[in-house]
Amino acid sequence: MDVAIIGVGLHPFGRFGDRTGIDMGAIAIRRALQDANVEWREIQFAFAGSYEIDNPDAVVALMGLTGIPFNNVYNGCATAASVLKLAADTIRLGEYGLGLAVGMDKHLPGAFSADPRLYACPSWYGELGHFVTTKYFGMKINKYMHDHGISTATLARVAAKNYRNGALNPNAFRRKPLTEEQILASRMLNHPLTQYMFCSPDEGAAAVVLCRADLAHRYSAKPIYLRASEVRTRRLGAFEVHSPWLPIEETAGPTVDASRAAFEKAGIGPEDVDVIQLQDTDAGAEVIHLAENGFCADGDQEALVADGALEIGGRLPVNTDGGLIANGEPIGASGLRQVHEVVLQLRGQAGDRQVPGEPKVGYTQLYGAPGVAGVSILSV
Amino acid sequence: MARVPIAEGVFTWPSDEPQLIGSRCAACGIVTFPAQDSCPRCPSTEMAQHLLSRRGRLWAWTTQEFPPPSPPYAGPVGDAFVPYGVGYVELVGEVRVETRLTETKGLRTGIEMELVLVPFRTDDDGNEVVTFAFRPIGGVDSAA
Repeated sequence: MDVAIIGVGLHPFGRFGDRTGIDMGAIAIRRALQDANVEWREIQFAFAGSYEIDNPDAVVALMGLTGIPFNNVYNGCATAASVLKLAADTIRLGEYGLGLAVGMDKHLPGAFSADPRLYACPSWYGELGHFVTTKYFGMKINKYMHDHGISTATLARVAAKNYRNGALNPNAFRRKPLTEEQILASRMLNHPLTQYMFCSPDEGAAAVVLCRADLAHRYSAKPIYLRASEVRTRRLGAFEVHSPWLPIEETAGPTVDASRAAFEKAGIGPEDVDVIQLQDTDAGAEVIHLAENGFCADGDQEALVADGALEIGGRLPVNTDGGLIANGEPIGASGLRQVHEVVLQLRGQAGDRQVPGEPKVGYTQLYGAPGVAGVSILSV
Repeated sequence: MARVPIAEGVFTWPSDEPQLIGSRCAACGIVTFPAQDSCPRCPSTEMAQHLLSRRGRLWAWTTQEFPPPSPPYAGPVGDAFVPYGVGYVELVGEVRVETRLTETKGLRTGIEMELVLVPFRTDDDGNEVVTFAFRPIGGVDSAA
């Protein structure tokens, strides 16, 4: 059973004072339903993702108490990828024909934190200050730059591109372009990553309406098909966040595993992809993920970025809506924001940031603690 | 004022030449740090204590230039916070351990490192809490 996306909706990402995450979720759902020409009472099942909200399904109080099966999901930074996959799989199983995937979050500013014992790490690891994700990203890109000849200038160029793209996106958190010089001159957080090379936790919501592909034309003149949606966790030997130790033996990370599985299921290769959304927790993560997802060889990013290949008009447009760097990361919603952007791009509705040449295939990737990744491949 | 380790069972204490306390799987031989009761590679629960080498090479590194979120971070904050290095040191044939580094400047992948104990914070009873760190053997290249 193939799956189609017939509606997408977004509550802008940023900071919204007293507005609750549930309120933002309801707004995103209404926009997705309107986009799909579907009434709430027609929705047969739903999955919701959030980190901060224990029961995001409470959104039914604002939408209508229709009694549908509604499951809540949390899966680290890949939460929204899991929400999308579970919703799609429910249709693939043939159980239901029309459903909803929604993500919402409302984080405090600053780096994420938690009790390390909940991640199978000892207490002293957190007391020492090791339980912070940003220094992992600093270590990973610093090592990658050493091994593959990537320069600090490339990191600044990637961040500047994402702020520039964010300025074209009315739903983005950060809409002010920043120069490479401003990015490099901002406060050093974790060498070589400066403050403006990082995304921030923030607030927002996104929703997607999915249906059986054979029903899609009832609702949408241009359905977008979900060709693959894969989630993977780390294997022993992957270099992952929150690891007090690593074995000497090395293996590829969960992004590589999820990406390969998704391409195989979709029967589509990296060379066929026209628009790409990657997890840019920091500018270095976008650089590394470009290779981990098969779009270039390790080290090629230096020339690709210098040549503008990742720009909206380039050969490999990445994070056309500004990515996490310009949108921030409300964990539950982040991956569905990526899907929202790819759907607009494939429909030709992305306005000022539309990728030229009628893109046909889009790609999204999430990665985060404690070593989990999600990849989706979409096409017209 | 007494000196106390950040936790029991992390490194040998007291000791003139402290060693990190890891574990080794009797079935497959993998070494972990800290010690754990079950093997992350095979299903074995036969893990024996394994004291780790005191020397290794820097495998990956960065700096921590802002105080991590508290809790769980329990060290100095505000004006008392001093940026520190963080990295993985590869202990040949054993394991890569994540550790504080004594330096923030002049670090390079591959340089030789050795285990030291360093002051971390003063606890509520006035004890000096010490933790493990790695320092470059022979200092750092100040031009790097």
